Amino acid sequence: MSNRQSARSALLWQAVVWVLFALVIAVLPYVFTSSSSISMMSQMGVFIVFALSYNMLLGEAGMLSFGHAVYFGLGGFLTLHAIRAVNDGAWSFPLELMPLIGGAGGLLFGIIFGSISTRRGGVTFAMITLGIGSMVESSANMFTDFFGGESGISGNRVTDVTLLPFSYGPSIQVYYLIGVWTVVAALLMYLLTRTPLGRISNAVRDNPERAQFVGYNTTIARFIQFSLSGFFAGIAGGLFAIMFEIMTAPNVGLVQSGAVLLMTFIGGVGAFFGPIIGAVLVTYMHTALSGFSEGWILYFGLLFVFMVMYAPGGIAGIISAHFAPWRAGLVHRLLPGYALALVPALLAIAGLVGVVEMGYQLSLAYDPSTPIDLFYMEVDATSIGSWIVALVVLGVGVAGVLGASRVVRSRWGDVNRSMNASGERI
Amino acid sequence: MLESIVFSVLNGLLYGMLLFMLASGLTLIFGMMGVLNFAHASFYMLGAYCAYSISSVAGFWVALIAAPLFVGFLGALTERFGLRNVHKHGHVAELLLTFGLVYVIDELVVLIWGQIPVNYAIPPSLDFTLFTLFGTSFPAYRGFILFVAVAMFAAIYLLLVRTRVGMIIRAALSHPDMVGALGHDVPRIFTLVFAFGTGLAGLAGVMAGNYYITEPGMAFSMGPIVFVVVVFGGLGSLGGALAASLIIGLVTTFAIGLNYSIADLLATIGLTLGDQNFFSGLVNIDLSRVGQMLPYLMMVLILIFRPRGLMGARES
Amino acid sequence: MSDALSLAGVHKRFGDTSIIRGVDLHVAPGERHAIIGPNGAGKSTLFNLISGRYTPSDGEISLHGHRISGMSPHKINRRGLSRSFQITNLFHNMTVFENLRCSLLWAKGYGYSFWHMVGRQTALNEAADQWLERLGLAARRDVLASLLTYAEQRTLEIGTTIAGGADVILLDEPTAGMGLAERDHTIAMILEVTKDKTLLIVEHDMGVVFELADRISVLVYGQVIASDTPEQIRGNAAVQDAYLGEAH
Repeated sequence: MSNRQSARSALLWQAVVWVLFALVIAVLPYVFTSSSSISMMSQMGVFIVFALSYNMLLGEAGMLSFGHAVYFGLGGFLTLHAIRAVNDGAWSFPLELMPLIGGAGGLLFGIIFGSISTRRGGVTFAMITLGIGSMVESSANMFTDFFGGESGISGNRVTDVTLLPFSYGPSIQVYYLIGVWTVVAALLMYLLTRTPLGRISNAVRDNPERAQFVGYNTTIARFIQFSLSGFFAGIAGGLFAIMFEIMTAPNVGLVQSGAVLLMTFIGGVGAFFGPIIGAVLVTYMHTALSGFSEGWILYFGLLFVFMVMYAPGGIAGIISAHFAPWRAGLVHRLLPGYALALVPALLAIAGLVGVVEMGYQLSLAYDPSTPIDLFYMEVDATSIGSWIVALVVLGVGVAGVLGASRVVRSRWGDVNRSMNASGERI
Repeated sequence: MLESIVFSVLNGLLYGMLLFMLASGLTLIFGMMGVLNFAHASFYMLGAYCAYSISSVAGFWVALIAAPLFVGFLGALTERFGLRNVHKHGHVAELLLTFGLVYVIDELVVLIWGQIPVNYAIPPSLDFTLFTLFGTSFPAYRGFILFVAVAMFAAIYLLLVRTRVGMIIRAALSHPDMVGALGHDVPRIFTLVFAFGTGLAGLAGVMAGNYYITEPGMAFSMGPIVFVVVVFGGLGSLGGALAASLIIGLVTTFAIGLNYSIADLLATIGLTLGDQNFFSGLVNIDLSRVGQMLPYLMMVLILIFRPRGLMGARES
Repeated sequence: MSDALSLAGVHKRFGDTSIIRGVDLHVAPGERHAIIGPNGAGKSTLFNLISGRYTPSDGEISLHGHRISGMSPHKINRRGLSRSFQITNLFHNMTVFENLRCSLLWAKGYGYSFWHMVGRQTALNEAADQWLERLGLAARRDVLASLLTYAEQRTLEIGTTIAGGADVILLDEPTAGMGLAERDHTIAMILEVTKDKTLLIVEHDMGVVFELADRISVLVYGQVIASDTPEQIRGNAAVQDAYLGEAH
């Protein structure tokens, strides 16, 4: 195929993916109809935009920020103030466009803070973002008019000023509003990766010195990318504000910044769809697990540490690593290794969950001897027997995984050798 | 007025020395390994909790020795099985690993000891008044903290500058290959340094845990400030950490202790501002509220104008 | 005719250590100028001074008669100077084609645009493809730069150095680590793509130097002890001393 033809078919394929993405979002509420599902999916939309905006920094430009929630939160606060202004009749602006207010706020502060952060790179940059994030969060009780003090700022999204004939009171309507914004924002961020700025951001990430010698001021490239990522974070904040109708100081703070870092990294920083996976997965785990277990943060932390050590490309990285073997028709060779690892992995997870849940029961429960509901069994956290069982299961599982990982590694070596031999390169 | 200044100075110095105990380990680890240990305050918290558990069975003085050693041991395990695998991926990966560790350690503390603050108390042998100033008593334990902090500084300084071990460690930072070629086990040195740094954090926890409160949020409340201190003082500089700790300790204590606002200050020199002008919101803010934000502002400013901090080495 | 590149009285000190101790250098336009010298003489430092990574402690560096000492690297690059590096310096997560396209973005005037789609810029993409042909890398168009062979990476790096239109090119040991056949191929390629450009090249391989260079400067211990045609340098006693030491 000539370059032209293959470019055109690639374009078509991408367009199909985006249409599918929009369709899935449109259809989901008919599959998961409960109001808690709709609320969770709305949240996923918000965090997809937030995580994608974060990856504009980390994945695209190699900038590790510990303070990205500043732009998310300030955008959200600004949006809520705008909504309140409409509530009070002081202003008229359609609700559907309110996220733009958030975006404008995120952009403004992205420019202000970006102009000071992006002069430095690497660890210094990370520290500056940490400082700015802490500074903004702790200044919240100085600027109580803007941040609303302890109780935060709240508003009513049913402003009666809308473009379309919806009130946006019912959560299903909010879901679709968020859904549209998610698709639009994600598409824009995707297109951005294909612009000169997007390419140069990648270049600055890969090799700042070489980027200078193709004529680019790396600081300006980072600054513009930073400001734009603030814009999209602000849009996410606006969507959040519309959905929850309340913003509080922690929304600009370190915990929120840490959360978006976690979900982006777990999803995978190396592929555009990585943060989407991360946002969906982490939101799901948070919503589904936090009702069941005190330890969901611990599970997250362990997953994150595990990935930093063994899978730094995140889930998307793991998926992408299988593209080449799949194209070469060699995936079946990897399966036995994975099959071997599956049972020990499940055992290890079960043992871990057992130990963690029993531990929390002992420390946090009013009466630790009440049995807990674990894997459809009733388990007594105070009995030595339960602990022995859990530890043994964990131990066996871990041992099995270690053994199986050797098989997986050798299978991968085998596949890589075959691919090199046949000249197939990624 | 004089009273409150004197007490602010004393409290500020104390807080500063506590910050220094924490910051010294962090700046050492960075100076020697290039690793910015995000989880440093978590090891501090572990020190406090371990001291609580140990002192419940064996008394404070045993805990004073055993807890930092145990925390250092945990640090060694972390380096050996965690960081060591990640060094090859660069400093960002190391930072991410220690960042993840914060979540893990902080949650493990809740898992083991629960959400409620534990009753880690000052030992009776140190629970008396050292002296009385302006009618307020100065507890002996505070004097003990100051003593330990100063002793720690002296010990680290001597260790690094005057001993052979210290020399090897300092060489291993800038020329790890050469030091390795000379027969020293550089990975083992890194593990030792990390263990030493986290052990220091543990010691700070032992000292502070019964003076303040030992509760699961203590890592999160101390963590960011410690970063401000090391960055402000200069990453890798012990002297800088000391200076920065004292400065920030004093500044924060004064700002929180003073219930004045800028408007009040201006009034004392005869300037009164109208009530409704643009700045009235800002200048009427109680300085105590600004105090919380000040350290971070200082950190951001120094990162802009002098990224190497007060006494750090020049950025390459 | 003014020099393409000139150094006048350039010194560079790091703390108390003097690395470059007074260098005068003149490179005429279109000249192929080689810098040779024993290890530790300061050749890399000299390159870093010219390309803007370091600022001279004393003295001046001029490009086409305009002072560039103290300018930031990207500004120097925009004035027409580019360089390669001792350790191959590419955009390793991009394909060969994308590496070349990135090197053309500024030269083609795209700046920091976030509204153009690079895929649809016909002139840009055609130029990148032309460079692929010239460098002999067309068959490796969509391969990730990190997966190329060493020689191919070197070739690509030289390509990215030149594609942006710089006319004064600094090459830092371009054939380091290559076997004879690769070396000859690389030299031929360099000669072809830098036909009308000014070349300043650091090399250890004397065969390459004497084949390529119009003039040679010998840098020893931070100073240029000789700057002349290859024949003169060959017979220069001071140069022989510097290389062979007291054994001579």
